[in-house]
Amino acid sequence: MSPFLFWIFALLTVIFGAAVVVNRNPVASALSLVVSFLGLSALFMSLDAFFVGIIQVLVYAGAVMVLFLFIIMLLNLRAEEERRINWLALAGGVAVALALLIQIFLVISRFDPARKTFPPLPGSTIDDVRNIGALLFSNYNLPFQIVGVLVLVATIGVVLLSKRELR
Amino acid sequence: MITLGHYLIVSGILFSIGFAGVMLRRNLIIILMSLELMLNAANLSLVAFSRFRVGPSGLPNYNAQVFVFFVITVAAAEVAVGLAILVALFRARQTTDVKDISTLKF
Repeated sequence: MSPFLFWIFALLTVIFGAAVVVNRNPVASALSLVVSFLGLSALFMSLDAFFVGIIQVLVYAGAVMVLFLFIIMLLNLRAEEERRINWLALAGGVAVALALLIQIFLVISRFDPARKTFPPLPGSTIDDVRNIGALLFSNYNLPFQIVGVLVLVATIGVVLLSKRELR
Repeated sequence: MITLGHYLIVSGILFSIGFAGVMLRRNLIIILMSLELMLNAANLSLVAFSRFRVGPSGLPNYNAQVFVFFVITVAAAEVAVGLAILVALFRARQTTDVKDISTLKF
């Protein structure tokens, strides 16, 4: 992938990711998250992971974000009114996040393979849906079924939680 | 040239943004969105490593991409349950602010 495109999509992802946290209006946050996920999906495709890039758009930018926006509209949430900002708590939170970021930078800077470029890809990843599917149904068959049970449990849990009266 | 480190650093920045969101914001919906950001940052490093380890068949290491598939499934289930809890909470308390929900706080 050309470095130019990488920088565009990386900046798009990071800037709109930051906008999610900074925005006061929940609808604006949700829409920033959509743009951030689209940038991320482009980064996945730049890594020749087309299947992952596409389910990123379908599941996140499609289903999950519609769910978020639906809940925001349903609850009729407005932008938070200006509360008095607790500057001490704000500085503490930012300091902890920055400390985490610096640690990640240090780890990556000491990690030798991180300085290498990606090796060329002799095979074609056009049919990676088939390859991932074959792996899912052979090596990862048991985890796949467990995930299916998890989704079932989540569905039942959501229905139960949404009932007005629990008895 | 774009190296593996570039992708890892983007992933690290994204994870820190999500972490800051969980620490700093008091709106439960924004906290859930920040959780999604963190999960996606992890996905980005997984895919970058998958592309970095080209196997003998000349294809990327698909184990990582299967893992990303599982992460996305679990994240979708988590969002559904989280938002259902949020709606139930809003019905009981008419708020989504974590400052107003402190019954379990010691």
